[in-house]
Amino acid sequence: MNWLTSFFVWMGEFFGNGANWSGPGGIPMRLLEHLEFSALALLLAVLLAVPLGLAIGHTGRGEVLIVVSANLARALPTLGLLVMFVLLLGTASIWPVIIPLVLLSVPPILVNTFEGIKGVDPELRDAAYGMGLRGGQVLGRVLVPVALPLILLGCRLSAIQVVATTTVAAYTGLGGLGRYVIDGFATKDYASVVGGSVLIVLFALVVQLLFALAQRVTVSPGVSQRVNVR
Amino acid sequence: MITFDAVTKRFPDGTVAVDDLTMEAPTGEITVLVGPSGCGKTTSLRMINRMIDASEGQILLDGVPVQSIDPPTLRRGIGYVIQQAGLFPHRKIVDNIATVPHLLGWDRKKARDRAMELLERVGLDPELAGRYPFQLSGGQQQRVGVARALAADPPVLLMDEPFSAVDPVVRTSLQEELLRLQDELNKTIVFVTHDIDEAIKLGDRVAVLRVGGRLAQLAAPKTLLSEPSDDFVREFLGHDRGIRRLQFVSTEGLRLRTDLTVRDAAGGSSEEPWRLVVDEQGGPVGWISWSRPDELEPFGSFLYGRDSMRSALDAALLSPSGCSVAVDDEGKVVGVATREALDEALAEAADG
Amino acid sequence: MGDGPPSLWEWIGRNWDTGRAGSIKDLLIDHLTMSLVPILFALIVALPLGLACVRWRWLYQPASGLMNIVYALPSLPVFMLLISVTGLSQTTVIIPLAFYGVAVLLPAVVGGLDSVPDHVRQSAVAMGFSPLRRLLAVELPIAVPVVLAGLRVVAVSSISLVSVGALIGQGGLGGLFTRAYQNPFMPPVIVGIVLIVLLALIADGLLVLAQRVLTPWVRVRKGVAS
Repeated sequence: MNWLTSFFVWMGEFFGNGANWSGPGGIPMRLLEHLEFSALALLLAVLLAVPLGLAIGHTGRGEVLIVVSANLARALPTLGLLVMFVLLLGTASIWPVIIPLVLLSVPPILVNTFEGIKGVDPELRDAAYGMGLRGGQVLGRVLVPVALPLILLGCRLSAIQVVATTTVAAYTGLGGLGRYVIDGFATKDYASVVGGSVLIVLFALVVQLLFALAQRVTVSPGVSQRVNVR
Repeated sequence: MITFDAVTKRFPDGTVAVDDLTMEAPTGEITVLVGPSGCGKTTSLRMINRMIDASEGQILLDGVPVQSIDPPTLRRGIGYVIQQAGLFPHRKIVDNIATVPHLLGWDRKKARDRAMELLERVGLDPELAGRYPFQLSGGQQQRVGVARALAADPPVLLMDEPFSAVDPVVRTSLQEELLRLQDELNKTIVFVTHDIDEAIKLGDRVAVLRVGGRLAQLAAPKTLLSEPSDDFVREFLGHDRGIRRLQFVSTEGLRLRTDLTVRDAAGGSSEEPWRLVVDEQGGPVGWISWSRPDELEPFGSFLYGRDSMRSALDAALLSPSGCSVAVDDEGKVVGVATREALDEALAEAADG
Repeated sequence: MGDGPPSLWEWIGRNWDTGRAGSIKDLLIDHLTMSLVPILFALIVALPLGLACVRWRWLYQPASGLMNIVYALPSLPVFMLLISVTGLSQTTVIIPLAFYGVAVLLPAVVGGLDSVPDHVRQSAVAMGFSPLRRLLAVELPIAVPVVLAGLRVVAVSSISLVSVGALIGQGGLGGLFTRAYQNPFMPPVIVGIVLIVLLALIADGLLVLAQRVLTPWVRVRKGVAS
């Protein structure tokens, strides 16, 4: 059996199995869990990182924090961080897993929000103040709308990170789609491994798509004509 | 009236941008601040709406120290136009113009109507209202910038090198547009530029600043050209200031001859080397000489009494006849200024 | 030191080089291999691909779109799907990391080449540089800072991502994490995290150094400006 045939056989086995579609270990439930953990972590990260990024970008104070967090976050191994928190805090609740998820997803949002605000044309800032907008109005009415593509980019990169890390977190006992992969691998149930992997990949792509749509809806057409780089 | 009273700006690093500046920008006039880079002209301007605060001395707006007014409130009452227009890229043109009316709490309809009115006033197609800034040319953006500054009808307008980023042709039309607007609106305008020609063209009064933020001379453009206070100002004005000064000399008293116009090549006195052929409506067609009776030579004309001596002289230089044609508003020939007449006028101008 | 669990330093000393598979030293070497190969691969693929995208602009949209999708794929399921093709080998970890690397590096290469000011390009043309000479002598050197910035991101993320491979038994130092989890014990986790971060910092530092050597003018200009 070559690998492509076995792939389809496993796929059929996984998705064709009625037992996989119901109950606490069923696909809908696992999907919901994955969504719940990812969304929770992302939401907390956004709540932490966006205001902080706005504040640092707007006031120019605390830029060191940005540099350190950006470099450190990329270097920190997700699996190591997850294991460390679980060993420290136990597995009584989901928080020992959620905390590292949040920590890892803060930096992309923080850095891009900061860069977005800081990158706004100084002339524009000047014009806004010159017309009599107050500090908060300059931020809310001018800087944020103009920096929105980068802020959303940060959130999208973070979402990618969260979806991936939530999968890895199944290893430390978190629910979600990662369970199929981790448990299947442990019990050599390759149908489950392959089916779960495909589900996660699709999940990640849908998230990516949703962010692309959100970007199209929320960013002013006057701004989106610009080209953005990662 | 804007009054600078012994204003000094010292930055934290010790550089003095503006040094003990005392001057006035009278109500309803255009006061131009001009000078080389580093002369503190922009800093001076930005101290008026408190984008920068003065270190010493004070700036008064109609007798009230600006320091006593909360900056955002102060700025909403002062129009501000900058180099790249600084339009908000995420807002449509109409919303850009209505920014300050919105801040002042006008109702939507009133703010919108005002924006549309201004769009036309600055010479833009109302069609552009729904566009975004990136869809406009640089010159159009700059007009929107002016409209936005005028939106809440502020008595004072600050303009910081507003036309320096557009090409010369557009710049000229924007300058003329500004003068036309000022004729209608009579705002108190403070205008910053590094271009002395722009300063002379636009200013009722021109303040020349030297590096280090010291006022070198404050005078009407004509006075500036004829009586520069020192070598710095003289050099800054450039080498053809004599010619440029002529643009402040009226052609009103210029002596004209009316006996040189003819309807066809055969007419006129045979003693005159050149005769001006006019059409049925009395408009100039060209010069003709006895030596080449079949050939019309080019002519130059100026609006009599309206255009300056500089235009009259320029018109004379454009024609082999050496004479310039004075026309009225309808383009009819009023008379001809001969070399002798121009000579007399120039001699008079040189005397002051 | 008694019968209690060994301290951090004792544990390191005992496990550094046991001579058997799975010693810290072994894992470190595996880790380096699995992260360096993708970095090199990414550079070798992204450079010509980026050049092609700059030469033929229409190529960039689809290429960067594809790379955006690649970048969004979570590593673990991709490892799992690859197992049936490449087995439980280092290759299974190396291939996805290499593609992530290309995804990050491609925009950097294109951005770097785009950062060459048009007047510089034009004057090179005017002085008679052939297209290839122009690329090698003018455009690539100017693109170096942006490309290296991208490469730093690739290097650091590859080094940290390798550890996820531990979940299929090929994670280099990541193996310390799975070992620590199965047999709840903190020292391996600490050692793993510290070594991985240290590797990442060293790689980052080397690339910063490389940039200083390759583009001395960037440093000079900064020095003058500040």
